Amino acid sequence: MGEVFDIELFRSALRLATPLALAAMGGILSERSGVVNIGLEGQMLMGAFVGWAAAVALGSGWLGVLCGVAAGVLLGFLHALLTQRFRADHVVSGMAVNLLSAGLTVFLLRRFFERPPSASGVPNWSLQWLQPIPLLGGLLSNQSPFVLLMLVLPFALHGLLYHTMWGLRVRAAGESARKSRLAGINVVSIRYRCVMLSGALAALAGTYLSLSQLNVFTEGMSAGKGFIALAAVIFGRWTPLGATAAALGFGFLDALQQRLQGETLFGMRVPSELLLSLPYLLTIVALAGLVGRSTPPEDLGRQEEGE
Amino acid sequence: MKTSWRLLLLPVAVFVAAVAVAAVVIALSGSPPLPALAAWWEGAVSAPGALPESLLNATPLLFTGLAVAVGLLAGQFNIGVEGQLLMGALASAWVGFAVSGLPAPLHALLALLVGALVGGVWGWIPGILKAWRGAHEVITTIMMNYIAIYLTQYLVTKVWKDPNSMSPQTPEALPSAWLPILVGDTRLSVGLLLALATALVLWYLLKRTVWGYELRAVGANAEAARAAGVRVSRVIWGSMALSGAIGGLAGAVEVLGVHHRYYDQFSPGYGFDGIAVALLGNNHPLGAVLAALVFGAMKNGAVYMQSVTVPAVPREITTVVQAVVIFFLAAIRFQRRSG
Repeated sequence: MGEVFDIELFRSALRLATPLALAAMGGILSERSGVVNIGLEGQMLMGAFVGWAAAVALGSGWLGVLCGVAAGVLLGFLHALLTQRFRADHVVSGMAVNLLSAGLTVFLLRRFFERPPSASGVPNWSLQWLQPIPLLGGLLSNQSPFVLLMLVLPFALHGLLYHTMWGLRVRAAGESARKSRLAGINVVSIRYRCVMLSGALAALAGTYLSLSQLNVFTEGMSAGKGFIALAAVIFGRWTPLGATAAALGFGFLDALQQRLQGETLFGMRVPSELLLSLPYLLTIVALAGLVGRSTPPEDLGRQEEGE
Repeated sequence: MKTSWRLLLLPVAVFVAAVAVAAVVIALSGSPPLPALAAWWEGAVSAPGALPESLLNATPLLFTGLAVAVGLLAGQFNIGVEGQLLMGALASAWVGFAVSGLPAPLHALLALLVGALVGGVWGWIPGILKAWRGAHEVITTIMMNYIAIYLTQYLVTKVWKDPNSMSPQTPEALPSAWLPILVGDTRLSVGLLLALATALVLWYLLKRTVWGYELRAVGANAEAARAAGVRVSRVIWGSMALSGAIGGLAGAVEVLGVHHRYYDQFSPGYGFDGIAVALLGNNHPLGAVLAALVFGAMKNGAVYMQSVTVPAVPREITTVVQAVVIFFLAAIRFQRRSG
């Protein structure tokens, strides 16, 4: 027992929550503006691949991150183009983004990297001065800068969404596109920006996967994390702070699952598969309103009529 | 007559355009595209033994394409076919190895039935949650996919694992549960005929029965259907259950016809392929037949292409083709409606 719940468990929970929370922030931006983005998974995967490949080619982890994020922006643009310009069904377009990434990343990996080399990644920040602080020092010193970003970004996004004019416009576009347009808001342009930012954040989460620990890309590396991020968005009721809390919870479950391999919790053997599927189960429960209903923005995924 | 030609022409044009995009990707990756395309075609159609193997590849795609199409016709986007397929596959594998003493056709039939049933339940759950609680089926089916992945993984590694094997797989099914081979010397089983029969039955159900009419009415306009006295919630969970059952059947046929056991991660994403099949087939059961044949042949041909091209053109290019097909169709739908 005492060996299970130590500081390392919580450090690892933070690390595992990081890609979920970062991508969830992207999901919130897109969905609050009214565009369903189930392409988070694909954008994350593409970010992981392009980030890693660029870091290998350019010899710099941060340049890799930049390229990965650019790829995410591109996929976001594609999704925005399809859903806004061509008025494609949001879910159909998102699935196509996922398929495209799944196919293209493996195609390029197999074609150009017989033996995927290790890239120069993004090193951890030691933050020596934090160490004397109890708890905080133990949790945050010598972690990836992505982990720190994950803890700061939700507050920034919260401020942006709820305390700026821009945020008000984004939320208005998602709640009622028609009324927003009548109020003189350029809904389509807002959605383009939000969906591209969404792709950027999901891809950023992807570069964390491929450039922060082993610095290698593996096939299907996102492994459903984009969908868990989506789950965190729903579980957190489409709010940055709520979604981050959900992501932290899901990250903790994952850390616990890894720690418990072959061990017992409260004298019981808990199958890791049960802990791994809990985020998905809980999201269904939340969505079905069995424990407090989770309601999406009013105009989410709805096509605007006319013009 | 004219409209039906256009119905056929559009998907053909879209598919050809998607293959052209793939050829560009192949060229950009530094491989000569024309020899690759030639090898692709050869592997799909003209190489010895290619055709039956293409049909084998088309079989699960037809099932999953039909599953997605039934949902879409009722206005339900079932992204959970993959999970329904996994659950159905494992359930039928269990019947195959755990139930003994049944004669040959009965054992296989029972296994198919249980596979369809379990897949149907896995589709019914999101259906009933949508009908009763308004939970969006896209999200719940995505979540159900992952629950299915972990549940089957648990069962196949810890409960029904083959004791004589190191890998996560069930024991082999008894031969009485195997689907008979259709053409000697190939791997093609009667599963193909089952898939075609499913398409026919579905076509009949949708076009010739009240139930099918109500289903399409709900898909076209749920509010209008409700006003006309259709019990919409029943159609929603009914269509999701039917969709799931067909997905379960896809898994059962793969297990009983090809592998004769369930092993972890046996599906390369057949459930997601179904989305491309349904869309290319214009949500029509017979359209799905054509689309599944095309995609099945394409997948089979790509394996051959990968093996004969130097440097090898990875067969994952097929997934890119599917994605591009979906992008094109998603974009064109709007143009047609407004134009």
